[in-house]
Amino acid sequence: MAEIVPLAEAIAGLVGDGDLVALEGFTHLIPFAAGHEIIRQGRRHLTLARLTPDVIYDQMIGMGCADALVFSWGGNPGVGSLHRLRDAVEHGWPHPLALEEHSHAGMANRYVAGASGLPMAVLRGYQGTDLGAVTSSVATVTCPFTGEELTAVAALNPDVTVIHAQQADRRGNVMLWGISGVQKEAVLAARRSLVTVEEVVDELEPRPGSVVLPGWVVTAVAVAPGGAHPSYAAGYSTRDNAFYRAWDAISRDRDAFVAWMGSHVLG
Amino acid sequence: MVAARQLADGDVCLVGIGLPSLAANLARRLHAPRCVLIYESGTIGAKPAAPPLSIGDGELAATADTVVSVPEIFNYWLQAGRVDVGFLGAAQIDPRAHLNTTVIGPYRSPAVRLPGAGGAPEIASSARRVVVVLRHSRRAFVDRLDFRTSVPGPGPTVVITDLGTLERVAGGHELVLTALHPGVTVDDVRAATGWDLPVADDLARTEAPSDVELAALRALEAAMPA
Repeated sequence: MAEIVPLAEAIAGLVGDGDLVALEGFTHLIPFAAGHEIIRQGRRHLTLARLTPDVIYDQMIGMGCADALVFSWGGNPGVGSLHRLRDAVEHGWPHPLALEEHSHAGMANRYVAGASGLPMAVLRGYQGTDLGAVTSSVATVTCPFTGEELTAVAALNPDVTVIHAQQADRRGNVMLWGISGVQKEAVLAARRSLVTVEEVVDELEPRPGSVVLPGWVVTAVAVAPGGAHPSYAAGYSTRDNAFYRAWDAISRDRDAFVAWMGSHVLG
Repeated sequence: MVAARQLADGDVCLVGIGLPSLAANLARRLHAPRCVLIYESGTIGAKPAAPPLSIGDGELAATADTVVSVPEIFNYWLQAGRVDVGFLGAAQIDPRAHLNTTVIGPYRSPAVRLPGAGGAPEIASSARRVVVVLRHSRRAFVDRLDFRTSVPGPGPTVVITDLGTLERVAGGHELVLTALHPGVTVDDVRAATGWDLPVADDLARTEAPSDVELAALRALEAAMPA
């Protein structure tokens, strides 16, 4: 049964140096508050997994939390580049970042395999591309029934997955709705999980298309209102698009980035 | 506008943010009102009033026929062959319409690290038709890619640039220049292409946008949030 604990205590207990950590949320419900707490607690040598690194991983990479990134699309959505990610890959600042890169289909299926307790997933993907040559967790397998050559991707099982949801009840059952991404798969694939929520309610009200994670598959729940800002949280807040645009200038320059993080995240 | 004309009424179309989303929403307002828009974030049949800022936009989920998970979008809907048209962009394209969105320069020490694959490899190989939209220049139209991120399947591939339209027919191996935009010459296109580009015998001239098309485009742009 998920414990409801303060965010700082949850991160201190669940995220350790060197862990494989997934903060998921596909453009919606991105767990920014939890990412900021990981930065404040000075975690190091993390392997960060996420389909779309987005601004939150740009911040974590720039602050030196990560040694490696497992991902499929690393841009600032609708704006352009993630400059801290680029600086780490192109110039090794603040230190070099190892990349393990996939397609969205590959990453999604890796979580499905992880959640299913299988060592791999099979898909028709990566055909003709150079991705297989640079990524060791992609291979080919032959279908035993048809002889078709298919692509295999290794299961992804994070040490800890962190997601943001709209609500939890007092027993730690979690509900999220709207665009649900890969959060369910990422939580079920992980050894430990933390869900930050907009609010804790007495009763979760059934909603069409919602995803419910029973409290017994979640390790901890922490209340973090606005915890997905500047991304969307359907029913609570919309995307702060001005911030995503402003991030381009803040993140382009190392000193401006460090100063901004100092006053807005560390301060 | 030329990209919007690629969509037929009733087409199922997988789109990304930016130009593809604008083109698909334009088509839906003009000649293809029953065009089905799928965003890779999981919204199927989205009918946004204004072009979305990101594929996570709540408007997409609120106006969709159904909202599904990301694994489901790629496995049940794209891989299983339910998508007619896939829209893609690229930093580099080669004579066979293979695409690079990963790096400029060597992979291990790139001059420019680009965003990477996203949904593109499987959209390219699984959609029945592929439409690529990019600016025409020798930096983008290269004989040899720095990295092969996406390879379109055997169906037709159409490449729309600011100079004209290039096509690789179903089962074909190389791109051919098939149309020039108004005021553009074959020499202009060749000067901006890094290989000896074949030209179709029946080279066409792109029709200038009609008043109706232009009005729809301006209305859409005006509806976009800042």
